[in-house]
Amino acid sequence: MAKHETPLLDQLEGGPWPSFVSDLKAQAETKPEVWDILGQLELSYKDRITHWKHGGIVGVFGYGGGIVGRYSDVPEQFPGVEHFHTIRVAQPASKYYSTENLRKLCDLWEKHGSGVTNMHGSTGDIILLGTRTENLEPFFWDLTHEMGQDLGGSGSNLRSPACCLGLSRCEWSCYDTQDACYHLTLHYQDEIHRPAFPYKFKFKFSGCANDCVAAIARADVSVIGTWKDKIRIDQAAVKEYIAGNYPSNGGSHAGRDWGPFDIKKEVLDLCPTECMWMEGDELKIDDAECTRCMHCINVMPRALRPGAEQGATILVGAKAPILEGAQMSTLMVPFMKVSKDNEYEELIDFIEKIWDWWMEVGKNRERVGESMQRVGLPTFIKVMDLEPIPQMIKEPRCNPYVFWAEEEVEGGFERDIDEFRARHAA
Amino acid sequence: MGYNPDKPMEGRITDLGPPHYEQFLPPVIKENKGKWLWHEITQPGVLMHKSETGDEVYTVRCGSARLMTVNHIREICDIADAHCDGYLRFTTRNNIEFMVDSKDKVQPLLDDLASRGNKFPVGGTGAGITNIVHTQGWIHCHTPATDASGPVKVVMDDLFEYFTSMALPAQVRIALACCLNMCGAVHASDIAILGIHRKPPMIDHKRITGVCELPLAIASCPLGAVKPAKAEVDGKEIKTVKVTVERCMFCGNCYTMCPAMPMADPEGDGIAILVGGKVSNAKSAPKFSKLVIPFLPNNTPKWPETVEAIRKILEAYAKDAKKYERVGEWAERIGWESFFEKCDIPFTEKSIDDYRLAYDTWRTTTQFKFTSHVK
Repeated sequence: MAKHETPLLDQLEGGPWPSFVSDLKAQAETKPEVWDILGQLELSYKDRITHWKHGGIVGVFGYGGGIVGRYSDVPEQFPGVEHFHTIRVAQPASKYYSTENLRKLCDLWEKHGSGVTNMHGSTGDIILLGTRTENLEPFFWDLTHEMGQDLGGSGSNLRSPACCLGLSRCEWSCYDTQDACYHLTLHYQDEIHRPAFPYKFKFKFSGCANDCVAAIARADVSVIGTWKDKIRIDQAAVKEYIAGNYPSNGGSHAGRDWGPFDIKKEVLDLCPTECMWMEGDELKIDDAECTRCMHCINVMPRALRPGAEQGATILVGAKAPILEGAQMSTLMVPFMKVSKDNEYEELIDFIEKIWDWWMEVGKNRERVGESMQRVGLPTFIKVMDLEPIPQMIKEPRCNPYVFWAEEEVEGGFERDIDEFRARHAA
Repeated sequence: MGYNPDKPMEGRITDLGPPHYEQFLPPVIKENKGKWLWHEITQPGVLMHKSETGDEVYTVRCGSARLMTVNHIREICDIADAHCDGYLRFTTRNNIEFMVDSKDKVQPLLDDLASRGNKFPVGGTGAGITNIVHTQGWIHCHTPATDASGPVKVVMDDLFEYFTSMALPAQVRIALACCLNMCGAVHASDIAILGIHRKPPMIDHKRITGVCELPLAIASCPLGAVKPAKAEVDGKEIKTVKVTVERCMFCGNCYTMCPAMPMADPEGDGIAILVGGKVSNAKSAPKFSKLVIPFLPNNTPKWPETVEAIRKILEAYAKDAKKYERVGEWAERIGWESFFEKCDIPFTEKSIDDYRLAYDTWRTTTQFKFTSHVK
């Protein structure tokens, strides 16, 4: 593979941020086909348009997902990227690695592919960018046999679930997001590898309402940690914050002089429910009014902690705008115990109830949030065998167009017009 | 023995799933899982977590290009082997985290990282800018309206001072999606960089019969702009589609369904900027990002218009917002008319919603500000 001139890309080598161009060039020294990646990308920079063809269905036997086919539309110029398929490899929970594991994966990818990756794709998978069709089965063989690892999801199936780092390195996580993510990922291997859904389906697990994996904005089932009892307060630490001995927000604002810490201005007045006040130098919280937004805990991590009776709020139906517009997930279950003690039975029942219905009524390429919109939230609540409660809505409807059912109305819908007219002349 | 193409199903292993996470946890993390009490950012890019056992873990966070080679990953491994007992992690926002179990191991790690040129910038914590979540762009995708890695590189080069400091009113999350499919949650970001098309699809009548299910292509359009049609190819009449151009909103869904309807175009494609989204529930509810700049051109290789627009928004926010206020909370407090004025962004009709549920965004109160928009 010949080296290509890349005068446009060369301009992206300077500057303080890591340069993917320098990285690709260094890799090309030992993997010459990487010159063709650079060459085709340079052409895209010149033409200001992509040079990849639409689609191409490739995969490994028995799986309907995990590999995305890709072909160059200028293969004569850049034969090294004629085929440039992507492999999605399921990532370990919270993306912790041993170097031993990563090095093995690098060796495999150097042997079977371009050596170029994304760490990681948006959904969470390890993305291996660029290989030929004939390399797919040998790569999959080595991945499963030598590393005991597997592909992730793509297409109309369950996508690789993802989680925040949870209890592993965060004091706020209200359940073990890693274990829940791992357990459900293993439980649903068939759904990940063999597309049988109307469209993609995602789970994401965040340990608290700060939602570091953006579950509420992009997961069909968003599992977000919360608590039922009282915020745990260390009054001695509250005094240290007031005295200015502990930095606010864990030191997040240390780069600017915001003046001395003011608990009223920075905590009490910013509480969305105004449920906090000071009595002398004691911080008081009316926990019944608290909506567990995390602000006060974020600001004073050494003084305040989530309550001890912990679980998760389950919300359903988030998605990006294509097609009917972006949706956040809608609250369905205010509090669910999420525990490995019963192997996440409640959550699994909940998920399968959604799937049973959605696989029946969901249209082709309709996310579950769109199916919910189409049938209406009251119908979806019935499907889920849930009691309608005000926590599921922001506010009651402001139109009176209720779909009353006949059995709800005294005497039913059948009436006799002649009898009516006997009393009411037309 | 490896894969045998003559007996593809022999010895095949499937459905293993990901490896168990526990084997990859550094010892200090494994021993203190569920026991963490509090944390503190000791300097930009360095976090300290304190356990109830008295243990501490120091995390050094580094930016990455996300697009990286095995060469680069091996260098990351070299660093983790030298300083972190052979463990590391990546964050949801494409940062690399190196963890050490005592304070005296932090400075040697920082020195090592600093000695490697621009490969491992330390930062991305607290009230600053962290790494940009982004998509593939021209390096791999067939539907993009802009590149991803290039715009991210030039925006992060420009905003680098905010990556290595914590001087903003709150964290600012930037995300880039190279088309409306939005692989990644850019629709709930403080600042979203979004690739958009502005020319309707072309119809490749010569190809459509072989590659396209016409009913699917027709049904793919949310506005019913794709209709059945007939065309003549090599003297023969074929079934095809036509596009009612006035109804096209350039979402690209038809091209996703039908390869014979390409949309991308050097002049038509570019970037829209959306602002004010958030994912966290802290203080205010999660919000969607709102479109404030409808189009900026794909001026390769450095996208100067996009870089400048983002800096302008960020500087106006940094100057004007209160401590803890996210971009969207600030814009709502001052009012969107003031947002446009303070950021020096011309307001156009393109920011007024005319898609589904548009009415929710129209102003139905007498409360407004007399900004320069009121003539």
